[in-house]
Amino acid sequence: MNPVRKRRLVITLLILGAVVIATALSVFALQKNMTYLYSPSEVDAGKAPEGHPFRLGGIVKEGSVHRVPGSLTTDFVITDRFESIPVTYTGILPDLFRVGQSTITTGKMANGKFVATQVLAKHDSTYMPPQVAQAIAKAKEEHRIPPNAGHGGSQ
Amino acid sequence: MNPEVGQVALILALLLSGLQCALPIIGAWRGSKPLMATARSLAIGQFVFVALAFGILMWSFWTNDFSVGYVAQNSNLSLPWFYKLSAVWGAHEGSLLLWMLILNGWTLALVVFGGKLPEAFFSRVIGVLGFVAFGFLLYMITTSNPFLRQFPIPANGADLNPVLQDPGLVFHPPTLYMGYVGFSVAFAFAIASLLGGELKSTWVRWARPWTNVAWGFLTLGIVAGSAWAYYELGWGGWWFWDPVENASFMPWLIGAALIHAQAITDKRDGLRAWTLLLSIFGFAFSLLGTFLVRSGLLTSVHAFAFAPARGVFILVYLAVVVGGSLLLYALRAPKVTGGKSFALASRETLMVIGNLMLTVACAMVLLGTLYPLVGEALNIGRISVGPPYFGPLFLILMTPLVLALPFGPLSRWGKADLKVWRNALIRIVALAVAAGLIGFILGARGWYQLLGITAAVWVMAGVALFAIKRWREAPRGKRYPFEMLGMMLAHFGIGVFIAGAILTTSMSVEQDVSMKPGASVDVGTYDFHFNGVTETQGPNYRAQQGTVVITRNGKPIVTLHPQKRTYVGGQVQTEAAINAGVFRDLYVSLGDAIGDGAWSLRVYDKPFVRWIWGGGVFMMLGGFVVILDKRFRLQRAVEPETVRAKPEPEAHRKLAEGEA
Repeated sequence: MNPVRKRRLVITLLILGAVVIATALSVFALQKNMTYLYSPSEVDAGKAPEGHPFRLGGIVKEGSVHRVPGSLTTDFVITDRFESIPVTYTGILPDLFRVGQSTITTGKMANGKFVATQVLAKHDSTYMPPQVAQAIAKAKEEHRIPPNAGHGGSQ
Repeated sequence: MNPEVGQVALILALLLSGLQCALPIIGAWRGSKPLMATARSLAIGQFVFVALAFGILMWSFWTNDFSVGYVAQNSNLSLPWFYKLSAVWGAHEGSLLLWMLILNGWTLALVVFGGKLPEAFFSRVIGVLGFVAFGFLLYMITTSNPFLRQFPIPANGADLNPVLQDPGLVFHPPTLYMGYVGFSVAFAFAIASLLGGELKSTWVRWARPWTNVAWGFLTLGIVAGSAWAYYELGWGGWWFWDPVENASFMPWLIGAALIHAQAITDKRDGLRAWTLLLSIFGFAFSLLGTFLVRSGLLTSVHAFAFAPARGVFILVYLAVVVGGSLLLYALRAPKVTGGKSFALASRETLMVIGNLMLTVACAMVLLGTLYPLVGEALNIGRISVGPPYFGPLFLILMTPLVLALPFGPLSRWGKADLKVWRNALIRIVALAVAAGLIGFILGARGWYQLLGITAAVWVMAGVALFAIKRWREAPRGKRYPFEMLGMMLAHFGIGVFIAGAILTTSMSVEQDVSMKPGASVDVGTYDFHFNGVTETQGPNYRAQQGTVVITRNGKPIVTLHPQKRTYVGGQVQTEAAINAGVFRDLYVSLGDAIGDGAWSLRVYDKPFVRWIWGGGVFMMLGGFVVILDKRFRLQRAVEPETVRAKPEPEAHRKLAEGEA
């Protein structure tokens, strides 16, 4: 082989090798690390994995927020207006965390309670994350209720 | 002034941009001097009208003209004046106008500094930029007009989003856009060379300073955004692998690759096709970033209200720009392949490895960022991909790059010189190990900390050895041309960044605590004493202000006042209080009152966190100083079109490059 071809071959092999390794790693890492978002209805229907982290999205139910005195633990309920899941979180809640507002929490189910490690609320208080809106819309559909019945989220 | 005038100015700018796209390119194609000569005046005219529109929008904010819907939504009578002015780019419509103004600014800079470029090439470049501007102006006028009136006129505005009421808003978006949009220049150069069927790659030398400056600005923009998130979002993180951060990071990675690919093409005439591709993708990722941020498709700290029409327009525009460019590339690029060959153990090989790792890292980030959209489209479910995916993969991909980095500048162009590598390897390993040992003696115990110190010194040692080598081998006055100085600064910056990133991650002490007034908590070697919360008043907010006295071994260090603000619009915003230092930050942010007079507080000791941004600042400086190099001073091109790409005499070139 002449040197130019040899160099090209080596470079091509390098590129191929890098791409193969990167793709394999990425796919592996993606599968291990992606988390699914479920609505309370889906969790109630047993769709969420037990013992594996996922995200729970919905609205913070009115009157459900209770602090455990003397600690940073807060209990509240996330609802999609059909089903509700109790959530417990230890830590500081974001500024926009408020009842009647949409939120996304990350954590695991344990003994019928969702133990959250992270609570997200959006910076725009009128804004509902598209994922939450969809989850609520889907829950609505599954309960076969015309779109205008029930409460329509936080608009 | 009348907002309608602003709208008319935008429409006029749209018309001019259409002409700017068509006339100079036709002129270059037909060889018509008068048509080519329109490029300058059209570019200037467009700048004037867009600047006028921008000025009018600023004026509307300044005069509290709430009849303009955009002003009413993003300003307020009690908003301080500097936030009123920067609120111009605080939301969708205005930030697009800023995008446009900056695009026109870059085009104007080309008109001013690129006067010595060959006329036909220059015309094509301006034409391509006209095309880019046309798309964005059309987008703005059809879907995102900032001058829309609203009736009835509200007595007061809704106020600027409190997160944005921060000096960060003044710096972050403009610098970020300077970088994003700056890549349009390298893009326009590449497309112009393809349009003109340039066989030589002289254009790459002309494009290099522009790429470097754009990359420098992008670096600054990302650093400013990271620092802003660190103190404003209230939980002390500096990078979240948030989709919008990724959107700015992808063009940065491609830009870094492009800078090196351009250097190889310029100096060794190699990787011509690759440089073209990277030029196209650098700008494509800028557009993709704009699309991701503006469409609201992804959940992120930046998520704006969802606007499908806006998203679809940018997506179509992106498809046209990228698809068209790649088609042109496919048609024309086979002509330009070739270039000097190089040995395996040469500097080119190392730079190719770096390029590969950067582009693969970009692909990895792209995959993770878009995967949720793919999942949604395929109905797999609503997925999110977070730091556990990006963090480890990025580390793995960057390891070969960091390992190879010090050897690049030390090795030779084209030729294998294993002796140079061996000598460098021995010294660099010795220095890195010595640094690790010193770190160990000074008290670093975790293997991650030691790794951080070693890796940082590994990179810096390469820069130091290179500096010594040049000092010894090059004649006085030619030791450190600006191009090399830029490289050294940027590489040194990477070392500083590595130290900051790894040491902060491994050494930070972060606690969420509940404290009653008078209580204390130990954070690392510091003692945080909480003195309770009082009420204070700001210009457009009232705040609960905590007082935290920090001492170390009984000696007072600082008193911090974190706040929890409630703005006139009712929004609540946490303001962290930070005592910044070169070697550590002390960080307190106020949570909520949790009963019995107790408050929840975040208390952090974050060593070396400033080095993360310090490293970025070095990289930025590196990008900026490169343009001062003599190499990039344009000689007036007097040759007719066919021979205009004549390279400099070979001997002169050798001298300029040195043997480094």
